[in-house]
Amino acid sequence: MKTLPESVLSLIDVPQYEEEGEFPVERGYLWTVASSVENGNPLYWDEEAAAEITGGPIAPPTMISAWFRPHWWAPGRKEQKLPLQVHFDLKRLLDLPEAIMSENTLIFHEPVRIGDRLTTVQILRSISEEKTLKLGTGHFWDIDVEYTNQKGELCCRESITGFGYNR
Amino acid sequence: MTVLLEQVQVGDQLPPLAYDVTATTVVLGALAMRDWRPMHHDHDFAVHRQGVQDIFLNTPNQAQWFERFMTDWSGPYGRLGRMKFKMRSSVFPGDTMTFNGTVTDVATDAVGCGWVAVDVELTVGERVCTTCAVRIAVPTTPDDNPWSRRGDRWVP
Repeated sequence: MKTLPESVLSLIDVPQYEEEGEFPVERGYLWTVASSVENGNPLYWDEEAAAEITGGPIAPPTMISAWFRPHWWAPGRKEQKLPLQVHFDLKRLLDLPEAIMSENTLIFHEPVRIGDRLTTVQILRSISEEKTLKLGTGHFWDIDVEYTNQKGELCCRESITGFGYNR
Repeated sequence: MTVLLEQVQVGDQLPPLAYDVTATTVVLGALAMRDWRPMHHDHDFAVHRQGVQDIFLNTPNQAQWFERFMTDWSGPYGRLGRMKFKMRSSVFPGDTMTFNGTVTDVATDAVGCGWVAVDVELTVGERVCTTCAVRIAVPTTPDDNPWSRRGDRWVP
């Protein structure tokens, strides 16, 4: 059984990568997402329904992570920026080239509204001992992501379980 | 249509949703969610690097499908509080995915919010691909609106 390096253990419960999304919440994107799963919820398509029920248009709660996924490319960027950087840091630090996500919990708070600027912070919560699955040998890890709006209100808390492994 | 709390009972089945998945479903869903990772659009990468049979639905897009399944049933006043999903197997182009949901709890919390708990399964044939435990708030009366709850009155 390999011992986890201190460089990894020292990251547990430390907030990292607090950053604002690269663009404000906008309606075209939420229409694309609703359209991709043929979601006809009038909150996303009907101005009057949105005004009456949610006080104006909101974004689908489950598209929360889209607002902080970086552009594929941006001027001046030398390397591709990755979402959920803590996950990729763990792959590198533990030399585990492959990874899957096995479990995901989303807890929704304040609705995300058009024009919001969201901020996220990532927190590594735990890492398992070495495990061998059908996929390969590696570690499970739990990462929390908190999303807040420009008023500092919590919009969502997400918990993600990943498994990094060698095939 | 709006579902009220009093209309829901433990053991109720939600109307099932079946959908034929194509490569477009997978690619559109991934790119709509700004997920550029190649296993969701590049067949060769998925097969030769990831060791799976084809590109497959990504997790954030599955969340979209679960949301649609729930609010197709609840109507727009239904407000998602919590979703916990476990991925067991992937969904590929050519699969017909089916969503089924069973109500496991109906309750009103300490601040008067009506909650329904639903266990949802996304299956392809006999294969369970993803399970999702959902907690959704629905109106307790025709005048109630879970979306009006803020701060201490919203405990998801």
